[in-house]
Amino acid sequence: MKISEIKDLLDAEVMCGEEALDHEVYSACCSDMMSDVLAFVKDQGVLLTGLVNSQVIRTANMMDMVCVVFVRNKVPTEDMIELARECGIVVMRSPHRAYDGCGILYSEGLGRGDMNV
Amino acid sequence: MSETIKFHFDVDGQDFSSAGEASVVVKKKLRQLGFPPDVIRKVSIAMYEGEINMVIHANGGTADVWVDEDDITIVLTDHGPGIPNLELAMQEGYSTARENIRALGFGAGMGLPNMKKYSDHMDIETEIGVGTTITMKVNL
Repeated sequence: MKISEIKDLLDAEVMCGEEALDHEVYSACCSDMMSDVLAFVKDQGVLLTGLVNSQVIRTANMMDMVCVVFVRNKVPTEDMIELARECGIVVMRSPHRAYDGCGILYSEGLGRGDMNV
Repeated sequence: MSETIKFHFDVDGQDFSSAGEASVVVKKKLRQLGFPPDVIRKVSIAMYEGEINMVIHANGGTADVWVDEDDITIVLTDHGPGIPNLELAMQEGYSTARENIRALGFGAGMGLPNMKKYSDHMDIETEIGVGTTITMKVNL
Protein backbone atom coordinates (compact mmCIF):
# COMPACT_ATOMS: atom_id res chain seq x y z
CA MET A 1 0.00 0.00 0.00
CA LYS A 2 1.28 3.45 -0.82
CA ILE A 3 1.72 5.95 2.00
CA SER A 4 -0.61 8.26 0.08
CA GLU A 5 -3.36 5.62 0.42
CA ILE A 6 -2.76 5.48 4.18
CA LYS A 7 -3.12 9.25 4.26
CA ASP A 8 -6.46 9.06 2.42
CA LEU A 9 -7.80 6.09 4.39
CA LEU A 10 -6.98 7.72 7.72
CA ASP A 11 -8.12 11.23 6.66
CA ALA A 12 -4.66 12.29 7.72
CA GLU A 13 -2.76 15.53 7.44
CA VAL A 14 0.86 15.18 6.34
CA MET A 15 3.25 17.10 8.62
CA CYS A 16 6.43 16.27 6.70
CA GLY A 17 7.72 13.94 4.00
CA GLU A 18 5.22 14.80 1.21
CA GLU A 19 7.86 13.76 -1.33
CA ALA A 20 7.76 10.15 -0.08
CA LEU A 21 4.01 9.58 -0.33
CA ASP A 22 4.51 7.27 -3.31
CA HIS A 23 6.63 4.93 -1.17
CA GLU A 24 5.16 1.41 -0.80
CA VAL A 25 4.76 -0.13 2.66
CA TYR A 26 3.83 -3.73 3.36
CA SER A 27 2.88 -3.86 7.02
CA ALA A 28 2.13 -1.71 10.05
CA CYS A 29 2.10 -1.83 13.84
CA CYS A 30 0.58 0.22 16.65
CA SER A 31 1.95 0.89 20.11
CA ASP A 32 2.52 3.57 22.72
CA MET A 33 5.37 1.57 24.24
CA MET A 34 8.54 2.22 22.27
CA SER A 35 10.23 -0.55 24.28
CA ASP A 36 7.82 -3.02 22.71
CA VAL A 37 8.32 -1.60 19.24
CA LEU A 38 12.08 -2.08 19.63
CA ALA A 39 11.61 -5.60 20.97
CA PHE A 40 8.92 -7.09 18.78
CA VAL A 41 8.69 -5.18 15.53
CA LYS A 42 10.58 -6.60 12.57
CA ASP A 43 9.81 -5.15 9.18
CA GLN A 44 6.82 -2.95 9.78
CA GLY A 45 7.01 0.18 7.68
CA VAL A 46 4.37 2.21 9.51
CA LEU A 47 3.91 3.02 13.19
CA LEU A 48 0.59 4.27 14.57
CA THR A 49 0.90 5.77 18.02
CA GLY A 50 -0.73 8.07 20.53
CA LEU A 51 2.59 8.87 22.18
CA VAL A 52 4.09 12.23 21.30
CA ASN A 53 7.78 12.69 22.01
CA SER A 54 11.08 12.63 20.13
CA GLN A 55 11.69 8.99 21.03
CA VAL A 56 8.83 7.97 18.73
CA ILE A 57 10.75 9.34 15.74
CA ARG A 58 14.08 7.90 16.94
CA THR A 59 12.49 4.49 17.51
CA ALA A 60 10.96 4.56 14.02
CA ASN A 61 14.37 5.49 12.64
CA MET A 62 16.10 2.64 14.49
CA MET A 63 13.53 0.19 13.10
CA ASP A 64 13.89 1.53 9.53
CA MET A 65 10.25 2.60 9.49
CA VAL A 66 9.21 5.07 6.83
CA CYS A 67 5.99 6.53 8.24
CA VAL A 68 4.64 7.55 11.67
CA VAL A 69 0.94 8.32 12.17
CA PHE A 70 -0.12 10.19 15.30
CA VAL A 71 -3.68 9.23 16.14
CA ARG A 72 -6.46 11.37 17.65
CA ASN A 73 -4.99 14.36 15.86
CA LYS A 74 -2.09 14.64 18.27
CA VAL A 75 0.38 17.28 17.19
CA PRO A 76 4.10 16.48 17.01
CA THR A 77 6.50 19.26 18.03
CA GLU A 78 8.64 21.19 15.54
CA ASP A 79 11.72 19.38 16.91
CA MET A 80 10.10 16.03 16.16
CA ILE A 81 9.18 17.10 12.63
CA GLU A 82 12.71 18.36 12.02
CA LEU A 83 14.16 15.06 13.27
CA ALA A 84 11.75 13.10 11.05
CA ARG A 85 12.84 15.19 8.04
CA GLU A 86 16.49 14.40 8.80
CA CYS A 87 15.65 10.69 9.07
CA GLY A 88 13.49 10.66 5.92
CA ILE A 89 10.34 9.64 7.81
CA VAL A 90 6.84 10.70 6.71
CA VAL A 91 4.87 12.10 9.65
CA MET A 92 1.11 12.53 9.61
CA ARG A 93 -1.71 12.98 12.07
CA SER A 94 -5.10 11.39 11.86
CA PRO A 95 -8.37 12.20 13.63
CA HIS A 96 -9.05 8.48 14.11
CA ARG A 97 -8.41 6.60 17.34
CA ALA A 98 -5.62 4.03 17.33
CA TYR A 99 -7.98 1.06 17.31
CA ASP A 100 -10.04 2.49 14.45
CA GLY A 101 -6.97 3.50 12.45
CA CYS A 102 -5.53 -0.01 12.72
CA GLY A 103 -8.88 -1.54 11.77
CA ILE A 104 -9.20 0.64 8.69
CA LEU A 105 -5.70 -0.18 7.43
CA TYR A 106 -5.99 -3.87 8.27
CA SER A 107 -9.33 -4.25 6.51
CA GLU A 108 -7.87 -2.56 3.44
CA GLY A 109 -5.11 -5.16 3.28
CA LEU A 110 -2.22 -3.68 5.26
CA GLY A 111 -1.35 -6.53 7.63
CA ARG A 112 1.11 -6.78 10.48
CA GLY A 113 3.67 -8.70 8.45
CA ASP A 114 6.15 -10.90 10.23
CA MET A 115 6.40 -9.92 13.89
CA ASN A 116 9.63 -10.73 15.68
CA VAL A 117 8.11 -12.73 18.56
CA MET B 1 38.93 -1.68 6.34
CA SER B 2 42.41 -1.47 7.84
CA GLU B 3 42.03 1.32 10.38
CA THR B 4 39.69 1.34 13.33
CA ILE B 5 37.06 4.07 13.16
CA LYS B 6 36.11 5.52 16.54
CA PHE B 7 33.18 7.57 17.75
CA HIS B 8 32.77 9.09 21.20
CA PHE B 9 29.65 10.67 22.68
CA ASP B 10 28.67 12.21 26.00
CA VAL B 11 25.13 11.16 26.85
CA ASP B 12 23.21 13.91 28.67
CA GLY B 13 21.31 12.44 31.60
CA GLN B 14 19.21 15.52 32.21
CA ASP B 15 17.26 15.61 28.99
CA PHE B 16 15.11 12.62 28.05
CA SER B 17 14.08 14.19 24.75
CA SER B 18 17.68 14.15 23.51
CA ALA B 19 18.32 10.52 24.55
CA GLY B 20 19.23 8.48 21.51
CA GLU B 21 20.94 11.29 19.60
CA ALA B 22 24.24 9.39 19.56
CA SER B 23 22.57 6.27 18.14
CA VAL B 24 20.99 8.30 15.34
CA VAL B 25 24.43 9.70 14.46
CA VAL B 26 26.06 6.24 14.53
CA LYS B 27 23.32 4.82 12.33
CA LYS B 28 23.87 7.61 9.80
CA LYS B 29 27.67 7.11 9.82
CA LEU B 30 27.38 3.34 9.36
CA ARG B 31 25.05 3.92 6.41
CA GLN B 32 27.59 6.31 4.88
CA LEU B 33 30.29 3.67 5.39
CA GLY B 34 28.17 1.21 3.42
CA PHE B 35 27.48 -1.46 6.05
CA PRO B 36 24.59 -3.92 5.40
CA PRO B 37 21.17 -2.82 6.75
CA ASP B 38 20.89 -5.75 9.21
CA VAL B 39 24.25 -4.88 10.81
CA ILE B 40 23.30 -1.21 11.04
CA ARG B 41 19.97 -2.09 12.62
CA LYS B 42 21.54 -4.39 15.22
CA VAL B 43 24.17 -1.82 16.24
CA SER B 44 21.79 1.10 16.37
CA ILE B 45 19.01 -0.67 18.31
CA ALA B 46 21.46 -2.13 20.87
CA MET B 47 23.09 1.26 21.34
CA TYR B 48 19.78 3.15 21.46
CA GLU B 49 18.41 0.89 24.21
CA GLY B 50 21.64 1.41 26.13
CA GLU B 51 21.48 5.17 25.74
CA ILE B 52 17.88 5.25 26.96
CA ASN B 53 18.85 3.10 29.96
CA MET B 54 21.71 5.45 30.84
CA VAL B 55 19.35 8.42 30.82
CA ILE B 56 16.55 6.66 32.74
CA HIS B 57 18.67 4.99 35.41
CA ALA B 58 22.13 6.52 35.59
CA ASN B 59 21.98 10.26 34.86
CA GLY B 60 23.80 9.80 31.55
CA GLY B 61 27.32 8.67 30.77
CA THR B 62 29.49 8.07 27.74
CA ALA B 63 29.13 5.98 24.60
CA ASP B 64 32.11 4.79 22.55
CA VAL B 65 31.92 2.91 19.26
CA TRP B 66 34.82 1.17 17.51
CA VAL B 67 34.37 -0.04 13.96
CA ASP B 68 36.94 -2.75 13.19
CA GLU B 69 37.47 -5.16 10.35
CA ASP B 70 35.64 -8.05 12.03
CA ASP B 71 33.18 -6.39 14.37
CA ILE B 72 31.66 -3.22 15.77
CA THR B 73 32.10 -2.64 19.51
CA ILE B 74 29.87 -0.39 21.60
CA VAL B 75 30.94 0.53 25.13
CA LEU B 76 28.45 2.35 27.36
CA THR B 77 29.80 3.67 30.65
CA ASP B 78 27.88 5.35 33.44
CA HIS B 79 28.48 6.36 37.04
CA GLY B 80 24.96 5.58 38.16
CA PRO B 81 23.70 3.40 41.01
CA GLY B 82 24.75 0.07 39.46
CA ILE B 83 22.46 -2.92 38.86
CA PRO B 84 21.64 -4.72 42.15
CA ASN B 85 20.40 -7.97 40.60
CA LEU B 86 21.70 -8.61 37.11
CA GLU B 87 19.82 -11.87 36.69
CA LEU B 88 16.49 -10.13 37.37
CA ALA B 89 17.43 -7.16 35.18
CA MET B 90 18.04 -9.51 32.27
CA GLN B 91 14.53 -10.95 32.50
CA GLU B 92 12.08 -9.67 29.90
CA GLY B 93 9.44 -7.49 31.56
CA TYR B 94 11.40 -6.75 34.75
CA SER B 95 11.88 -3.02 35.22
CA THR B 96 12.68 -0.60 38.02
CA ALA B 97 11.75 2.41 35.90
CA ARG B 98 9.31 4.83 37.46
CA GLU B 99 5.79 5.41 36.17
CA ASN B 100 6.78 8.74 34.56
CA ILE B 101 9.24 6.87 32.33
CA ARG B 102 6.54 4.40 31.26
CA ALA B 103 4.40 7.38 30.27
CA LEU B 104 7.22 8.32 27.89
CA GLY B 105 7.06 4.92 26.18
CA PHE B 106 9.91 3.13 27.95
CA GLY B 107 10.46 1.07 31.10
CA ALA B 108 8.77 -2.11 29.88
CA GLY B 109 11.70 -4.20 31.04
CA MET B 110 12.91 -4.94 27.52
CA GLY B 111 16.06 -2.79 27.45
CA LEU B 112 18.80 -5.19 28.57
CA PRO B 113 17.17 -8.30 26.99
CA ASN B 114 16.89 -6.37 23.75
CA MET B 115 20.53 -5.26 23.89
CA LYS B 116 21.55 -8.90 24.34
CA LYS B 117 19.26 -9.98 21.51
CA TYR B 118 20.63 -7.49 18.99
CA SER B 119 24.32 -7.93 19.85
CA ASP B 120 26.44 -11.01 19.19
CA HIS B 121 28.26 -10.62 22.49
CA MET B 122 27.39 -8.61 25.60
CA ASP B 123 29.32 -8.14 28.80
CA ILE B 124 28.11 -6.18 31.84
CA GLU B 125 30.33 -4.93 34.64
CA THR B 126 28.38 -3.29 37.42
CA GLU B 127 29.11 -2.18 40.97
CA ILE B 128 26.60 -0.75 43.39
CA GLY B 129 27.21 2.96 43.95
CA VAL B 130 30.01 3.06 41.35
CA GLY B 131 28.40 2.50 37.97
CA THR B 132 27.96 0.18 35.04
CA THR B 133 29.94 -0.55 31.88
CA ILE B 134 28.25 -2.50 29.13
CA THR B 135 30.28 -3.80 26.20
CA MET B 136 28.46 -5.09 23.12
CA LYS B 137 29.87 -6.51 19.92
CA VAL B 138 28.16 -7.01 16.58
CA ASN B 139 30.01 -9.28 14.17
CA LEU B 140 30.62 -8.19 10.61
